[in-house]
Amino acid sequence: MPPIISITNLSKVYASGLRALSGIHLDIARGEIFALLGPNGAGKTTLISILCGLVTASEGRVLADGHDIATDYLAARRLIGLVPQELTTDAFETVWATTTFSRGLFGLKPNPAHIERVLRDLSLWDKKDSRIMTLSGGMKRRVLIAKALSHEPRILFLDEPTAGVDVALRQDMWRLVRALRDTGVTIILTTHYIDEAEEMADRVGVIRKGELILVEEKAELMRKLGKKQLTLQLDAALAALPAGLAQHHLELTGGGRELVYTYDTKGDAGLTGLLADLAAAGIRFHDLRTSQSSLEDIFVDLVKERA
Amino acid sequence: MNVFAVRAIYGFEMARFWRTALQSIVAPVIATSLYFVVFGAAIGSRVASVEGVPYGAFIVPGLIMLSLLTQSIANASFGIYFPRFAGTIYEILSAPVRPLEIVLGYVGAAASKSILIGLIILATSALFVPLRIEHPVFMALFLVLTAVTFSLFGFLIGLWADGFEKLQLVPLLVVTPLTFLGGSFYSIEMLPPFWRGVSLANPVVYLISGFRWAFFGRSDVSIGISVGMALLFLVLCLAGIVWIFRTGYRLKS
Repeated sequence: MPPIISITNLSKVYASGLRALSGIHLDIARGEIFALLGPNGAGKTTLISILCGLVTASEGRVLADGHDIATDYLAARRLIGLVPQELTTDAFETVWATTTFSRGLFGLKPNPAHIERVLRDLSLWDKKDSRIMTLSGGMKRRVLIAKALSHEPRILFLDEPTAGVDVALRQDMWRLVRALRDTGVTIILTTHYIDEAEEMADRVGVIRKGELILVEEKAELMRKLGKKQLTLQLDAALAALPAGLAQHHLELTGGGRELVYTYDTKGDAGLTGLLADLAAAGIRFHDLRTSQSSLEDIFVDLVKERA
Repeated sequence: MNVFAVRAIYGFEMARFWRTALQSIVAPVIATSLYFVVFGAAIGSRVASVEGVPYGAFIVPGLIMLSLLTQSIANASFGIYFPRFAGTIYEILSAPVRPLEIVLGYVGAAASKSILIGLIILATSALFVPLRIEHPVFMALFLVLTAVTFSLFGFLIGLWADGFEKLQLVPLLVVTPLTFLGGSFYSIEMLPPFWRGVSLANPVVYLISGFRWAFFGRSDVSIGISVGMALLFLVLCLAGIVWIFRTGYRLKS
């Protein structure tokens, strides 16, 4: 099946001369959750803004389900919903009025039953007649999501959906995103919270200084770049590593009481050889633990590496 | 045509109008009444008549125009400026709507409001002075044409402004003086020849004159020129708006 979003050679240079994006190529598959990761100012919001029609690209082409977003923008935008990063709401409107407005704006017939369902799903139903300015920040965030869902988008952009949101709401949001994906909606989210990407995404793209430096299946990325550490707690402290163990690249920590072995999860980890060599060197240990690097560690490594 | 979108924007803007009904409706009524008290009763009693029309009645078309121009500009400019200021414009820009549909929604609502206010002022006037309208159909058409044109102009200002000060700048420094000097309260025939000539460079003169013709069948300049000027201004505003949407000026980076 062709990708639902196809980005070719997309670049953006702002009038100020700032180059926000350079030669982005990216295909987003139908029904996936794609997380765009990157530090602040990396170009995540610019990319989303171009896809949604808020910013004009300097170069390149974007197709949304085959519709060019520049020349066939009406058809392209009908598919797309956007939840912006900033809490920009019509303060004086009620929740009901603002969501109904969004649906109309996207050219859809009024459908109070759908709006009700969206508001209930987002726990906004009892606030439907409240003016938006009376709501808390988290509630306003939900209102923005409700506005985007009111027009039944096939592609949903979430720009930093959980910035400044409490843990409970964050988990609600994750649940909601998964439920949407189950109905076939493609979701693209930007975040600089790695755990969010780790928790939700099928694929991860890392953007840095306007360049997409990596796109990978999340599981694959974790496997490829993921490192595991084996820490052995020794019975007797060592002053130095025995020469026979040099080939294993071990690290001696904890005042000589801990041996740390770092290995990739891909391929042969060399554990069997290590344990045999340890036994041969007469090193005994009374406990061990292993830890696996998170996407966050991977991300920090990646951004550092290319800096 | 995305009818639902036009309806959504129009409805949103009209809701704002009713929400601030006190400011939108009561204020112009009070202002008009004050003009009648000052110009109609206090001063007007000493002015016999202008071109055969009692002074109190003579100022009615000018008063309606005065409100029509300021209200059209204020409503339309605020209507589009505020979403830009608050950031809610993102939704309009990302929606599957054509520029024409956006303009229809915002400008249609602003024009509706000012027409409504114009009619309210007309009704208020009728309480103070006996009124006759010789060409009611033309009066209605001219009312709509002016409201639409100046709402388009206000929309342009709302797109151009990058602060609340600029939003007020054009109405305060340009439109209000031109309206006052455009013969709202006098016939430019009353001016010395030199100032009469200068007045003819004021576009508002043609609007007030044309509108007055609809009421009393007499005007400072020929009615054809009045209509021509109104249409010319309409075309200029439309061209400006088309240019803005083509280039994305102040809307998109």
